[in-house]
Amino acid sequence: MNRINQKLQEDKKLLSIYFTAGYPKLDDTASIIQHLEKSGVDLIEIGLPFSDPLADGPTIQASSTQALKNGITTEKLFEQLKDIRQTVSIPLIIMGYFNPMLQYGVEAFCKKCQENGIDGLIIPDLPVDVYHEKYKAIFEKYGLINVLLITPQTSDERIDFIDAISNGFIYMVSSASVTGSQSGFGTVQTDYFKRIADMNLTNPQIVGFGISNNETFTQATKHTKGAIIGSAFIKHLTANGIDTIDKFVKNILA
Amino acid sequence: MNYKADQKGYYGVFGGAYIPEMLYPNVEELRQNYLKIMAEPSFQKEFQELLKDYVGRPSPLYFAKRLSEKYTTKIYLKREDLNHTGAHKINNTIGQILMAKRLGKSRIIAETGAGQHGVATATVCALMGLECIVYMGEIDIARQAPNVARMKMLGATVVPALSGSRTLKDATNEAIRDWINNPVDTYYIIGSVVGPHPYPDMVARFQAIISEEIKWQLKEKEGRENPDVIIACVGGGSNAAGAYYHYLNNDEVQLIAVEAAGLGIDSGESAATSVLGKEGIIHGSKTLLMQTEDGQITEPYSISAGLDYPGVGPLHAHLHATKRAEFVSVTDAEAMKAGLELCELEGIIPAIESAHALAVFEKQTFKPNEVIVLNLSGRGDKDLNTYIDYFKL
Ligand SMILES: Cc1ncc(COP(=O)(O)O)c(C=O)c1O
Repeated sequence: MNRINQKLQEDKKLLSIYFTAGYPKLDDTASIIQHLEKSGVDLIEIGLPFSDPLADGPTIQASSTQALKNGITTEKLFEQLKDIRQTVSIPLIIMGYFNPMLQYGVEAFCKKCQENGIDGLIIPDLPVDVYHEKYKAIFEKYGLINVLLITPQTSDERIDFIDAISNGFIYMVSSASVTGSQSGFGTVQTDYFKRIADMNLTNPQIVGFGISNNETFTQATKHTKGAIIGSAFIKHLTANGIDTIDKFVKNILA
Repeated sequence: MNYKADQKGYYGVFGGAYIPEMLYPNVEELRQNYLKIMAEPSFQKEFQELLKDYVGRPSPLYFAKRLSEKYTTKIYLKREDLNHTGAHKINNTIGQILMAKRLGKSRIIAETGAGQHGVATATVCALMGLECIVYMGEIDIARQAPNVARMKMLGATVVPALSGSRTLKDATNEAIRDWINNPVDTYYIIGSVVGPHPYPDMVARFQAIISEEIKWQLKEKEGRENPDVIIACVGGGSNAAGAYYHYLNNDEVQLIAVEAAGLGIDSGESAATSVLGKEGIIHGSKTLLMQTEDGQITEPYSISAGLDYPGVGPLHAHLHATKRAEFVSVTDAEAMKAGLELCELEGIIPAIESAHALAVFEKQTFKPNEVIVLNLSGRGDKDLNTYIDYFKL
């Protein structure tokens, strides 16, 4: 069974952490993954940097720009991940934009993911219908779970379709926004979390965007399976480097 | 051959809507409604009246006698430079502001490179009393200062794009982010035939007025609707799309698309996408774009802010792939020389974008009896600082 599905069966709220590959330093990728696993994180999203990350706010965008300056490439990321399965068993998901994958070759990319211990992909600008028609079979051939997004504006009908073609979890964008844009949730968000929970979907939901601390993590996971932290973690890395990752995680899970 | 977008917005293999789920409801709302709304008689009436009384259409088709003599052929200039706000961009913003109103949107966002589209958007927002936010690269803000001032006078908020190359591509990213953050009340007026479906098709349809007029104007002047050649510059490709539109399926009419070569194709400082680009995805569309081997979008360069874009619209990628249009690249120096020449021969100061199209006459020869229509997409007022610096005026 895919490591993501295994993890989703555990009877607990899951914490997923996003970081940008090649940031703060080019070769930090493997040790960030190891630190995160040791600190009790459940899932990791490895950001493959893109020059024009449309769905990201300034924090992740700046880390991507820096990572590219540091010399990260698709090939380099796969090299960094080559031996990762000798040290960690945590589910690993690559999150990236579609163009770098397209240039690598979608099938070649998926194959490399499988060879290097990747369990799933999140590609915000690969639309659901294009994925469904053209790429689903390839992803499945290499054992990759494609994580699809929904937002507060997504219609119930479309959510049902997304649920039907998903085989891991659904990435629930907390509010209409790019990453890192807000702090704290209001009733609009909690109502939305509850509405989706009441739909009794096949795939569990994990909330992303706007989660930064213990309080927002607790709020976000009240009606869902887990939550994803990205920009807040990048900010922590920018300020503190990679040595105090466990402190950051302990504060979230406190 | 079919050169119109299909149901899903593909021109051959190019086009589509490669957008994050966050944008789906907005883009889908537009996709489902744009053709219906454009076909409404009340929409058409309002659109046509504004084009006539507010924009000043039809724009003249002017026989450029001295230019024709110099190049021993027959050159007509389609005078989009005479439109209100000084370029073809207003044809599209009039259309889209009416679209936004019919969709019940109250807040308008736009990206701009040269500032022409920003000014054209700020103008129609003032006209309709709608809030207007324009994203513009920090570099472009500096090199197109008069247009920044115009947008401010027209009541728009100009927000600098500080990321990446700080030009048109980055302004477009920021506008898309704004749209993601404001999915309900906001309408995004894209300034060219780029972006996710239905934008390329919708913008081409609004700009199609250019070739619609060329047909009857040329009939009056030459007794025939078809020129032998149409020449237009291509940034994203909207003025070219408008000038070609009604001739796309007419193979007798040769189409020439002029891209900015910047300091030269091989200089590393260029924006000639058809030569330097490969198939990829930019701003929600599969098209030709300039990128690294790794799929990172590269930073283009041209002296002309309006052509300084690393992609072209999917229609143009298709015209290139099918060889329906011939793509020519023109350097900064060639364009500036051609711009000055038009001033001296015809008393018309062209936009530097349009000057790229004019430079074709030095690079290709046409027969004396051939009828050439060159789309003069804009006037050069906004470029005076660049002309002054370049020619030490
Ligand atoms: C006068 C003029 N011509 C041409 C362009 C290029 O755009 P497009 O290729 O969409 O016509 C611009 C863009 O700003 C412009 O201002």
